Amino acid sequence: MARIDLVDLAHSYSGDDAPPESFALKPMTMTWRQGGAYALLGPSGCGKTTLLNLISGIVTPSRGKILFNGKDITPLSTQKRNIAQVFQFPVIYDTMTVGENLAFPLKNRGVPKPEISARVRRIADLLDLAPYLNRKATRLTADAKQKISLGRGLVRSDVAAILFDEPLTVIDPELKWQLRSKLKALHRELDLTMIYVTHDQTEALTFADTVVVMHDGRVVQSGTPAELFDKPAHTFVGYFIGSPGMNIVPAQVDGREARIDGHTIGLHRNYGVLPAGAKIEIGVRPEFVDVAPPASGLLSAMIERIDDLGRIRFARVRVGDSKFAARVPPGFSVPDNMAGLVFDPAHVHVYADSRLVEGVA
Amino acid sequence: MDKTVNQKAWFLVLPVFLVVAFSAVIPLMTVVNYSMQDTFGNNQFFWNGVGWFKELLDPSTDLGERFFASLWRNLIFSAIILAIEIPLGIVVALSMPREGWTVAVCLVILALPLLIPFNVVGTIWQIFGRPDIGLLGYTLNSLGIPYNYVSNELDAWATVIVMDVWHWTSLVALLCYAGLKSIPDAYYQAAQIDGASRWAVFRAIQLPKMNRVLLIAVLLRFMDSFMIYTEPFVVTGGGPGNSTTFISIELVKIALGQFDLGKAAALSLVYNLIILIVCWVFYTVMTNAGAERPQKEGAV
Amino acid sequence: MSVTLDHVTRTVDGVPAIHDVSLTLERGTLSVLLGPTLSGKTSIMRLLAGLDKPTTGRVLVDGKDVTGIDVRQRSVAMVYQQFINYPSLSVYENIASPLRVQGRPREELDKRVADAARLLRLEPFLKRTPLQLSGGQQQRTAIARALVKGADLVLLDEPLANLDYKLREELRTELPRIFEASGAIFVYATTEPSEALLLGGDTICMWQGRVLQAGSSSKVYRQPQTLRVAQVYSDPPLNIVNIEKRHGTVHYPGGTRAPATGLYANLADGAYRVGFRAHQLEVAKGVAGRHVFPATVSVTEITGSESFVHLQRDSANWVAVLHGVHEFQPGQALNAALDPDNVFVFDLADRLVAAPGRN
Repeated sequence: MARIDLVDLAHSYSGDDAPPESFALKPMTMTWRQGGAYALLGPSGCGKTTLLNLISGIVTPSRGKILFNGKDITPLSTQKRNIAQVFQFPVIYDTMTVGENLAFPLKNRGVPKPEISARVRRIADLLDLAPYLNRKATRLTADAKQKISLGRGLVRSDVAAILFDEPLTVIDPELKWQLRSKLKALHRELDLTMIYVTHDQTEALTFADTVVVMHDGRVVQSGTPAELFDKPAHTFVGYFIGSPGMNIVPAQVDGREARIDGHTIGLHRNYGVLPAGAKIEIGVRPEFVDVAPPASGLLSAMIERIDDLGRIRFARVRVGDSKFAARVPPGFSVPDNMAGLVFDPAHVHVYADSRLVEGVA
Repeated sequence: MDKTVNQKAWFLVLPVFLVVAFSAVIPLMTVVNYSMQDTFGNNQFFWNGVGWFKELLDPSTDLGERFFASLWRNLIFSAIILAIEIPLGIVVALSMPREGWTVAVCLVILALPLLIPFNVVGTIWQIFGRPDIGLLGYTLNSLGIPYNYVSNELDAWATVIVMDVWHWTSLVALLCYAGLKSIPDAYYQAAQIDGASRWAVFRAIQLPKMNRVLLIAVLLRFMDSFMIYTEPFVVTGGGPGNSTTFISIELVKIALGQFDLGKAAALSLVYNLIILIVCWVFYTVMTNAGAERPQKEGAV
Repeated sequence: MSVTLDHVTRTVDGVPAIHDVSLTLERGTLSVLLGPTLSGKTSIMRLLAGLDKPTTGRVLVDGKDVTGIDVRQRSVAMVYQQFINYPSLSVYENIASPLRVQGRPREELDKRVADAARLLRLEPFLKRTPLQLSGGQQQRTAIARALVKGADLVLLDEPLANLDYKLREELRTELPRIFEASGAIFVYATTEPSEALLLGGDTICMWQGRVLQAGSSSKVYRQPQTLRVAQVYSDPPLNIVNIEKRHGTVHYPGGTRAPATGLYANLADGAYRVGFRAHQLEVAKGVAGRHVFPATVSVTEITGSESFVHLQRDSANWVAVLHGVHEFQPGQALNAALDPDNVFVFDLADRLVAAPGRN
């Protein structure tokens, strides 16, 4: 178990002397506390897998240090780092039974036999694998295989952190729910540091206490799911988290007012004078914009289509040249072409050059 | 059967049918015909029924004795070849680099022996091993090691085996290398994290994943070594005595040396049958090993 | 044009893969094959395409029997989960390839490729090769190639499964527009209920090689004819409770009772199974007329906009989705509530007997 510090950590696959913009992971400093559940969230190529491989020791960083409990482990090999990892596709030792798979890491470390079987039994119970211990692991379903991969990490008593690399990719939706809540329960029970890499916001947000959003080799925001949802620090976070993502539209902002497409909406905070020449946008989540019958005081929008998600409906509308998504209140019958938009001013944010501007109350 | 059928496809197979008919089926029928006949020259043939087969399978006759002696030689030869080439091929494949420009170099070097015609391989080794002018033979003898494949049976066998290992281990190595390359990196990373030793990685990951290519390698090497002819014929001519006379060499002696067409035909049919049976056994083992695998990786 | 599967079954190595499926797909429609892995979605597609021949039954195109006719003679295009393009050809040539095979003139080629590229927003990339594109762009190229072929039947087998979540979301909103513009018969396989709902059109619900229910997506979602359909068409998974109705009272396991109001009012006395989706399960706030029973929180998952509360009641696991952020401690007891007007009631043979908005 460990606290993990990343100190000025950076990596480039083409060597340290490559230009800084080309780094797969730009210099970053962060601390991950012992027992935390972290998610690294971002699109393909954002550097999240690079960061994970740096922590596991599969890749050696071009710059900076990684500390486990204050001890520099940067030069140590993967074996010596006491980490466990679950990969995207289940890694199973084909010729072994489930029990032998679970025992493998202990056997390699020369743990005495009685202790091995006690640990294997305990982990198998924890993961509901006990009935399969004597079965060949190849014959099992994908979710059982992923549990075995996880079990091989948990079976060791010395594990500092467990890393997950998109572990639910090959799992059917219904089983995803079961496996995810199993992970959460395990995290609570075992007090382990867990780091979960994914491009799937639902997985990241539901799993982690702290979600680290990455974009283009940088951490753009790190916070609780609620923080990322309510107050994205960067337009990318707004777009990437939430489904559909945040509406981001160019606007003129002056004091407590924003003008979009010739229409004025009120803001909850005072933004004073914003830097000249900056690109000013406002961001508001579809959940905080309601569709209403057209009225003179409302921003008018052209309805393009209605997405019916079963428990909630979103209207895809167009305001001038910008696309907008807005919530359709339950029971509301949507007008044919034009509608008005009602904003919740408390949830309208202002961005200058893609970064959140904190207004004054 | 339950795929949709395209009748035109049969036309595309027709040329192969014709070639196979002329190159295999018709000669085979002729051989079957000869095996039932006796001749005293002048193109006069007499019906002999299964006489040749009886003689062939009876060790007390001259023909039977020669057949069984050469059959044993063949089996021992194939067993030795497999016991050396398969592990050696695996070791070579494991020690090859996995990426970078050295891969291409290694592949070219490995492919070289495979590109040399069989009789040239024979000639190379025949000269290489000669005690008077051959690099190998001369060196060994001047080091005080008596070596002469013409007079010593063991030396002859050693030469033929080393020659085959030199010629064919590359094939096994290349097949294994292809099998190794298909293992995803995640397996090696997981094994590292699990603290597996080099040997444990080999036992738990590499060997099981090479399973299928190894079966193919064993099959190919068995068939080839069981049918070996050119190289020992060129180097030792089957000698000294009959010590390196394999079935194929015996067959040629009977057919072309003594012109006993009936005996030769019977022998070649039995020879053929043995190879077919062994291939069938390998094929069955292989397809069963394949059926044990799940249909789709990650299928629920 | 229409494609019909007429009592089609297919057996592979003695194991039945498809059981007696009858379906008719009409021109200009989108049908989503929804079901878990190995439920027979891909098998149905291969039968429709003519890649496989049914063991029994017939495949009809416009009423004409085409069973056993080679796939090359049918007007079919297919898009797979893997991004399949010609790696050495440019995006333009990739999209144009089916037209080159058909030997179309140069001008027509240019025009149709340009149209498809515009529809799929590939115009800036026409000169690149597929490997220089992102996953989403590669899959859009594959879809463009399928569209440009002008096939009457376009089959898409989990085309978005290998894409990033966000890209998937974007393509998902674009696809219905693209389908509408094309007018072919579209068949789209997915394991995800939300994808089936978002694409609209029809849903064909599959389970273990059978078609359980087919109809407009919103109808199948809102009126699942069997418990299994409701389960396949729910994400988070469907919650289930066994009840018994006796003399105007609903008896829940664990001794909870409630008056048989709402959908329960017209049921005959007897045992039933009640299914309800995560958003139909509430945390009691004292609303009158709700059926309330105690449950224990096992896990709470918070996405920022919603909270998924995993509840345990007796031996059953339920999931409730609540709007906004709600923190519950594991092991915490709370009262769960059901609106008797907003549940699905199935009989013991798992057939639907009551659903919201049906009576």
